[in-house]
Amino acid sequence: MNPVLPVLIFALPVLSFGITVLIGRYFPLKGASVGILGLVVSFILSCVVFYQLQVDPTRTIDLSVTWLDFGEYTIDLGILIDRFAAVMLVVVTLVSLCVHIYSLGYMKGDRRFTTYYAYLSLFTMSMLGIVISNNLFQLFVFWELVGVSSYLLIGFWFERKPAAMAGMKAFVVCRIGDFGFLIGILSLFVATGTFSFGALFGLSQAGAISSAVLVVGALGIFFGAVGKSAQLPLYVWLPDAMEGPTPVSALIHAATMVAAGVYLVARTLPIFSTVPQIMEVVAWVGGLTALFSATIAVAQVDIKRILAYSTISQLGYMMLACGVGAGASAIFHLSTHAFFKALLFLGAGSVIHSLHTNDIREMGGLFSNMKTTATVFIIGALSLAGFPPFSGFFSKDEIMVSVLESGHVWLYWIVVFTAFLTAFYIFRLIFIAFFGEQSERSKHAEESPKVMTVPMVVLAVLSVVAGWIAIPGVGPGFAEIGGFELHHLHINWSAMGTSFLVVLMGIGVAWAIYSRRFVESRSIYNTFKPISKLLENKWYVDEIYNFFIVQPVIFFSRLLFAFDMVIVDGAVNLAGWLGVRLSKFEGEFDLAVVDGAVNGTAWTARTFGRAVRRIQTGLIQEYVIVASVAILALIIIGYYLM
Amino acid sequence: MIGSINILDILKPELICAIVRVTPTHYLYVAGIVFCIGLMGVMIRRNAIAILMSIELMLNAVNIVLIAGGRAYGPKTYDASSFVIFIIAVAAAEAIVGLALILAAYRHMKDINIDDMSIMKW
Repeated sequence: MNPVLPVLIFALPVLSFGITVLIGRYFPLKGASVGILGLVVSFILSCVVFYQLQVDPTRTIDLSVTWLDFGEYTIDLGILIDRFAAVMLVVVTLVSLCVHIYSLGYMKGDRRFTTYYAYLSLFTMSMLGIVISNNLFQLFVFWELVGVSSYLLIGFWFERKPAAMAGMKAFVVCRIGDFGFLIGILSLFVATGTFSFGALFGLSQAGAISSAVLVVGALGIFFGAVGKSAQLPLYVWLPDAMEGPTPVSALIHAATMVAAGVYLVARTLPIFSTVPQIMEVVAWVGGLTALFSATIAVAQVDIKRILAYSTISQLGYMMLACGVGAGASAIFHLSTHAFFKALLFLGAGSVIHSLHTNDIREMGGLFSNMKTTATVFIIGALSLAGFPPFSGFFSKDEIMVSVLESGHVWLYWIVVFTAFLTAFYIFRLIFIAFFGEQSERSKHAEESPKVMTVPMVVLAVLSVVAGWIAIPGVGPGFAEIGGFELHHLHINWSAMGTSFLVVLMGIGVAWAIYSRRFVESRSIYNTFKPISKLLENKWYVDEIYNFFIVQPVIFFSRLLFAFDMVIVDGAVNLAGWLGVRLSKFEGEFDLAVVDGAVNGTAWTARTFGRAVRRIQTGLIQEYVIVASVAILALIIIGYYLM
Repeated sequence: MIGSINILDILKPELICAIVRVTPTHYLYVAGIVFCIGLMGVMIRRNAIAILMSIELMLNAVNIVLIAGGRAYGPKTYDASSFVIFIIAVAAAEAIVGLALILAAYRHMKDINIDDMSIMKW
């Protein structure tokens, strides 16, 4: 394959970022046209790359050029395009394109519209940079760049304090993970002298790297992924990130950036697979994250927060799949999740755009006024819940079967229970927001413009069909993803049956409570009051972090600040005070003694000069007389003395 | 030698006779008189040109002493004479410079009274 294609895919968003930032406001649609146009081309090229690699997997590109040469070591820039990367290229460019178009409607009239599109281009560029990197160093650079663009976009409405704070929180929490990531990368680099994926995989598989280094390396990389993919215990930034514009939540905090961690782990799975104990950690962190955040999502009332916790939960699924060695299942779920979660967020954005509220209790009966939005939202929800034949069903089934067949029984039941919760909370949302009595706000709701609904419809179609590649016999070329074979082309009927059953149960319970109201939700809340409170307040995790980490850090900082003020500043000020006193003393000495001597000399000379200048009359004959008399006197004296 | 001079001696007959025979001492008397006239001129006259002329007198008095001394006591060479030539040359140059200065002063203040040329005192 021609390496120009993937480079071009990456270069177009770079170009549109530069153009939009500098001269974007002179272009049609205030600069949005640049980004959209570039992305359309990028998307088409991505499809070409994807298709070529599906037809002929041997046309993988792995190219490097030396970037920095330290003599002993070199750092390369390179691209690695295999089927794995190709899937991501298509997903990223497609979702990004949908969000670009959707934002034309959502962000209409915003004062910093052009800046917004510049940020979107920056993000797309960085994300594509992660996908095409062929070494860990380059990947880390783009990793940080997506962090920056995420920060910029979360805090896009920085005039609002919560948005500014959320941006900061996201950045700082991700930095904690990145710190681990850096340690992992560097320990691998110190041991092997290379950042390149190919070389690292080869060395680790051949047993050329000591297991201690592998453990540190893998754990470090995983820690980076935990930060970026919002796993326990660093997930806390993601719900707050919902302060950003909703299309941004759809693109960055649901579909692509948060999946970067999963992509990273799946990409470096050959390293992880050499250290089974770390794989175990990955699996358990993923599974517990999935369960934990699903329980929180059950009790939330903010539509975007429900979706945010749902995202964390689904990312937990993907991480779990990586942990049991099913990289392909993880990437499969990543792709389908990207479509249906982006769809759900865009749907939520459409509702928020129309109602100007995030609270689902103020919605209700939206279906009649917003038919398109409601329909696509329900499609997304069915896909998320894992209802056949929507795409989420296939990908989630892949993960469940992988977990079951890897022998993790406990994890399997956790996943099954999470699937029940998932179906429950998303249909709780749907029954409350879209059905039932119309609320005061819902009566005035209007369907969003075409520019917003069309991207949603596109994503809805994909949410339905994207999973079908896993059906045996459909698209045989697509049945492996990213070089990993999808686990089984056979069907595990019992697992599938279980998952279908729990999904039905989840939807059924939600329907019974929130639609038919067989049981009043308030009474359930009161019956299990401690648990309800716990879930409603998100297990008090933010409070715990605040008490055990943030407050001690602040306290310690205050302590250091006080030390700084009293001791360090004190010493400095003392030195300054002493210096001033000494200088003053020296100044006095200088004035009195040194200057006195100098002035005294001058005074003496002047006074004397004033006295003797009387002699100078200017009358030359006087001088002659004096000289003559003097000479005469000298002669006479000399004569008589000698 | 100055001490042996008695003014009244010139009235004695033998001395008058001796005058006919001119000795180097006589030259010294002449030179001394001319020098004193020149000196008095320099001290007393207010006219700058007259002062310049008086300076010439003083210089020439010295010339007389040199020539007489060289003739009477010196070896038979031209040491003294060459000094005199130098003095004449220098005097000529000095006269030129002096006259030029006086001319410049005159042009400046329309006057050559030496007492008025005291603006550079103090």
